[in-house]
Amino acid sequence: MSQTKPSIRVPLLRRPAVQRVVSPLLVGVVLVAIWQAMVSIMELPPYLVPSPYLMMETLIKDWVPLGNALLVTLKITVFSFVLATIAGVLISFLFVQSKRIETALFPYAVLLQVTPIVAVAPLIIIWVKDPVAAMTVCAALVALFPIIANTTLGLRSIDPDLQSYFKLNRATRWQQLVRLRIPSALPYFFGGLRISSGLALIGAVVAEFVAGTGGSGAGLAYQILQAGFQLNIPRMFAALLLISLTGVGLFVLMAWLSKLALGSWHASELSQD
Amino acid sequence: MNRIDPVTLAPPPPQLATVHATPAVEILSAEKTYPNGTQALLPVDLTIAEGEFITLLGPSGCGKSTLLKMVAGMLEPSDGRLLVWRKPVQQIDESGRKMAFVFQAPTLMPWANVQTNVRLPLDLAGVPRKEADARVAEALALVGLDKFAGALPRALSGGMQMRVSIARGLVTQPDLLLMDEPFGALDEITRHKLDADLLDLWRKKKLTVIFVTHSIHEAVFLSSRVIMMAARPGRVVEQFQIDEPYPRNADFMVSPQFSRYAKQLQDSLLRASGTHDEELQS
Repeated sequence: MSQTKPSIRVPLLRRPAVQRVVSPLLVGVVLVAIWQAMVSIMELPPYLVPSPYLMMETLIKDWVPLGNALLVTLKITVFSFVLATIAGVLISFLFVQSKRIETALFPYAVLLQVTPIVAVAPLIIIWVKDPVAAMTVCAALVALFPIIANTTLGLRSIDPDLQSYFKLNRATRWQQLVRLRIPSALPYFFGGLRISSGLALIGAVVAEFVAGTGGSGAGLAYQILQAGFQLNIPRMFAALLLISLTGVGLFVLMAWLSKLALGSWHASELSQD
Repeated sequence: MNRIDPVTLAPPPPQLATVHATPAVEILSAEKTYPNGTQALLPVDLTIAEGEFITLLGPSGCGKSTLLKMVAGMLEPSDGRLLVWRKPVQQIDESGRKMAFVFQAPTLMPWANVQTNVRLPLDLAGVPRKEADARVAEALALVGLDKFAGALPRALSGGMQMRVSIARGLVTQPDLLLMDEPFGALDEITRHKLDADLLDLWRKKKLTVIFVTHSIHEAVFLSSRVIMMAARPGRVVEQFQIDEPYPRNADFMVSPQFSRYAKQLQDSLLRASGTHDEELQS
């Protein structure tokens, strides 16, 4: 295990944990530098491609509307993600109760997944009065499927010998669920969470595009739409940057949670060095 | 050595030292034929007395694991009956006695530490935590792992994981221990060590053990009686009493008697299968 290694002697930049952060940062710095250079050398006008510098300047200058929009989008994303997680897990528990239930219901879960959310969103926005609630429902629908699929698979992926052992010891269904099925399903569940956290954000942005709400309830997608109409491309880029950073942040958060829960025992989270 | 008449497969005569006690397991014409017609096991008649160390020995596909799983109640015989302590397997809880099963793989919960893994059967039975922990500590001391209670299975070697699995088997204080090729995946040295430890436990705890293996040497070293089985179709062909005193140690393994027993088992096996290419370890 890593903490038992003499980490002091390893040079700072050689440590895997440092490299994991430094390597992608270096690539980022190089890319931004090329971008800045191209804009300067080719004299691209800001209404086509703003320079990274201008983008950051706009981000700071327009922080009040952009920050508020970020909060709105974040709220929809997090609500929908939590909603999708709870619903997805409950549906998975239902599915593993019997193969017949799963066979009967699984096609509808697929149906939900393959129907484009842009096509369904207007309907949901009509049905659900509150726009934030409507957008949350839309985003949750997008994020739901990976959680159902992964958790169901996980709850079924039990070591058959271990299951025989539980049965041999007259374990009740509840004991099997709590002591065997749920821990076995955790790695799959966290895999689902990682995918769904990104999908929840995508769902939130798409829902905002469709809903197009103005005023105080406007999220980042609305900011992008507005900036597009006004040809305020630097602001569009700034909003885009915030969306990307939100996605990366969610992903990192999920990876961290996964490591926290599985780090000590599951192969997917063990360091390869 | 007493060869038992292979035709009737009667239990060994009562004058044999190990077979005076009450029967622990009675297998009455139990057989296993799968719905697709595969004959996994022809009818077996076998009585195992309390305190015996029985080995089911044979090549792959001879039905030895099938027979063991039927004793454990993990498989239903397609015909015939099995009694454990004179009761059908499903009702042995009423007898107040316990059996434990040790799998070929350690079959531990990878997310739980050694202590929680060993405590599992007690937790499932609702034994209070304090008493359970005391018994876990005792079982771990018995297999020499008391210093590893907090370790996760993946931090242990294969042999140590197997010890955890055995400790989990012993923690319920079973009277009957069923072991399905428990040391098959381990290296030779570890296997010998665990074989010796197992014999110690068997004598100390006065267990009845049914041990499945495909190793002739392991069978001779451990058993008071060897049940020889053959494949295609799976069946019991012969029984051998290993009349050697316990404790047995490494000297026994290089003794002429040991070789004689091994040779006899080998010959019996070749006779039964009629071929020389059986997948046997020697």
